Amino acid sequence: MESTITLAGPLVYALAAVGPGIGIGLIFAAYVSGVARQPEANNILRPIAFLGFALVEILALIGLVFAFL
Amino acid sequence: MSSTAFVSMNSSVVAAGEGFVPPGIGEFNFDPYFSDGTLPWLTKPLVASVVAAIMVMAFFILGSRKRALVPGRFQFATESVYTFIRNGVARDVIGHGFEKYVPYLVTAFAFIAVNNLFGIIPGIQFPTLARFGFPLTLAICSWLIYLAIGIRRAGFFGYFKSVMFPPGLPVFIYPLLAPIELIQVLLIRPFSLALRLTANMFAGHILLLLFTLGGTYMLFNESILLKVLAPFALASAVGLTSFEAFIEVLQAYIFTLLSALYIAEAMSEEH
Repeated sequence: MESTITLAGPLVYALAAVGPGIGIGLIFAAYVSGVARQPEANNILRPIAFLGFALVEILALIGLVFAFL
Repeated sequence: MSSTAFVSMNSSVVAAGEGFVPPGIGEFNFDPYFSDGTLPWLTKPLVASVVAAIMVMAFFILGSRKRALVPGRFQFATESVYTFIRNGVARDVIGHGFEKYVPYLVTAFAFIAVNNLFGIIPGIQFPTLARFGFPLTLAICSWLIYLAIGIRRAGFFGYFKSVMFPPGLPVFIYPLLAPIELIQVLLIRPFSLALRLTANMFAGHILLLLFTLGGTYMLFNESILLKVLAPFALASAVGLTSFEAFIEVLQAYIFTLLSALYIAEAMSEEH
């Protein structure tokens, strides 16, 4: 029973990482295709891409924190 | 493998008592340097953060002391850090009137980057910002700055009115939007800034510990299979160390970028 409880945290984190994983994949896919179409837009797109990355990543990190609580 | 089999296997490992103990949250609690009770606050993260502050100050003071039109090597290194934040973050994100906020952004970036890189520097090997207090203080600095900018621009009620009631929306949206925006500006932003740094450094440190401690455990185990597999774990630890270096600088960049974005939003007339 004890080990079931210790396993719950990692499993919850695994579920919490699915959504942000898809989200970050979509963000960088859009960033890569944007730069591929217009290489000179790289400097404009990079902060936007990392901003979106940071906002999505926080969801996975909140899951990580809850896994340790 | 079904989950019950995994649980029972896991519990048998735990029951054996001599098995591998994975690194946990206890790795982040340090004993004070003096065990006799004097200076109970003097622990490794505090010393590391002071060392980081001194390093950042020395780097920028020495780099800008003998300013030359044609920079030497050290001045070039200082200038490239400064220019990266000034042009890449402050000017591009804040826009007009960005010069006032460059010092804060450059300092925050350098301090966070050095503190994070302590996580992989041999001899220290602890990312200071994995303790929640340090990034929370930095986040509160950013929070006070963007609140002060907004309140100075539009007045106390004017600023919160512009935050909570952005113009040009249907009226029935406002009861939903206003509390969300208020909570976001007052609570969610500083906490997400701090939490992002902490959780990244925490996860990275745990990951490195897991691979190095686990690899060492496998290497000194009696089982031949584990001995053969141990070099792979240790090699992953080396690879992950360079990955961590990338993540640590990236997180410093993201903190600076988000701070600049919040400052820009507080400065702009419209939401």
